[in-house]
Amino acid sequence: MTVIEVLSGVLLAAGGFFVVTGAVGLVRFPDFYTRIHAVGVTDSAGAGLILLGLLLRTTEWEVGLRLLIIMLFMVITSPTAAHTLAQAARRDGVPVWRAGDARR
Amino acid sequence: MTAFVLVNISLFAILGATALAITRMRALYEATMLTALFSLVTGSLFVLLDAVDVAFTEAAVGVGISTVLLLGVLSLTRSREAVTPRRRRLPAALVVLFTGGTLGYAAQDLPPFGSATTPVRDHPVTETYLYQSQQDMGIPNTVTSVLASYRGLDTLGELVVVFTAGVTVLLLLGPLTRRNRPVKRDLVLADYRVLRVVSGVLMPFILLFALYVLFHGDYGAGGGFQAGVIFASGFVLYGLVFGLDRVQQVLPQRVLWVLIPLGLLLFMGLGVATVLLGGSFLDYDTLRPDDPAAGQRLGILLVETAIGLTVATVMTSVFFSFTGRGASR
Repeated sequence: MTVIEVLSGVLLAAGGFFVVTGAVGLVRFPDFYTRIHAVGVTDSAGAGLILLGLLLRTTEWEVGLRLLIIMLFMVITSPTAAHTLAQAARRDGVPVWRAGDARR
Repeated sequence: MTAFVLVNISLFAILGATALAITRMRALYEATMLTALFSLVTGSLFVLLDAVDVAFTEAAVGVGISTVLLLGVLSLTRSREAVTPRRRRLPAALVVLFTGGTLGYAAQDLPPFGSATTPVRDHPVTETYLYQSQQDMGIPNTVTSVLASYRGLDTLGELVVVFTAGVTVLLLLGPLTRRNRPVKRDLVLADYRVLRVVSGVLMPFILLFALYVLFHGDYGAGGGFQAGVIFASGFVLYGLVFGLDRVQQVLPQRVLWVLIPLGLLLFMGLGVATVLLGGSFLDYDTLRPDDPAAGQRLGILLVETAIGLTVATVMTSVFFSFTGRGASR
C-alpha cells in the first residue's frame, strides 16, 4: 500500500462519514434551516472529499479531468441550492428554531 | 458479488419505499419531488445493469425536465390531490391488482438475473450488432449505431411521438388559443444576486455539455435525446431565474416554431435522400458510396443532430407554454 492509496482511503472514509452525518442531521435536526445545513454538508464536504479520494486513484488524466469538472460543478451548485432553499423558506416566513422549542 | 447484491437490494428497497410514499401523499409538490427521486433510483439501477445510455436518459428526462414540467403544471392547477370517494376505491384497487398480477405472472418467463443464456445474448442478431457494427461503422458505442442506423426507423417513430406531443401542447396552450396576458410575477428570482450570477455562469457550460453529449454519443453514453433535453434544461434554468420575457428575447417563439419541424424534416429528408441515391430508407451507405463506413458515421451524426434539435425545441416550447400561461387564469 502506497502513501497515495492510504491518503485516498482516508479521504473516501471521511467523505462517507460526512454523508452519514448529513443523513443523520436531516432526520435529527429540529427545524428546516438546520436540516438544510445538514444536507449542505452532504453535498459539499461529503461528495467533495469522496471525489478528492477518487481523484488520487485515477491513472488516466481524462478521468481526473472529468472528476475535477464534476467537483467544480458540485462546489457551485450545492451551496446555491442550499442558499435558495433557505431564502425561499425565510421569504415564506418559516420560523427559526430556538433552544427549548419543540421539534418541527 | 455480495456488495453488488447488497447495493441492488437497497436500491430496490428505496425504489419501493418511494413508490409507497408517493401513493400515500396528498400534496402534489412533494409527490413530484419524490417521482424525481424514483427516477434517480431507477437510473442508478440502470447503471448497475450496465445500461448507461438508458440511465443517462432516465436522469435527464425523468429527474430533470419532466420534474420541471410537472412543477410548471402544478403552478397552473391545484397542488393538492382530491380525496377519492370510498366507493370508487374498490374498482381502482381491482385494476391495480389485476395489472400487477399480470406483470408478475409475465415476469415468471424472464430469464434469471445475470444468466449467461438469455435470448438477448444467444440470438444471432446480438453478434451482428456487436461485431458487424465495428466493421460497418467503426463506432465504439453500439447503442448509438443500433439506435441511429440499424433501427433508424424506430427512432424516427420515437421522434414523431415527441413532435406530436409538442404540437399537441402548443395547440392546447400555445398562441392559437386565447392570447395570454403578460405574466406578472410577485417574485423575481433575478433579484437574488447569488442565483443570477450562478445561473449566468452555468448557462454556457450546460449548453456546451449538451453539445458534448450530442457529438460524443458515438464514443460514450449519450446522443440526440439526452443532448436535446440538456439543451432545453439550460433555457429552462434561464427562464426560471430571469423570467420568460428575457429568455424569449434570446430564443423567440417564432424561431422555435421553425426549429421544431426542422429536426423531424431533416431526419425524414435524410431517409428520402438515401432512397433517391439508390439505397433503402435510411441506408446511410449511399451517402458515401466510396466509403460506406464514413457514410454511416455521417448519417448517424445528422440523425442525432436532428433528434437533438426537435427534442430541445419541443421541451423548451412546452416549458414556455406552461409558464406563459401563469397569470392568465
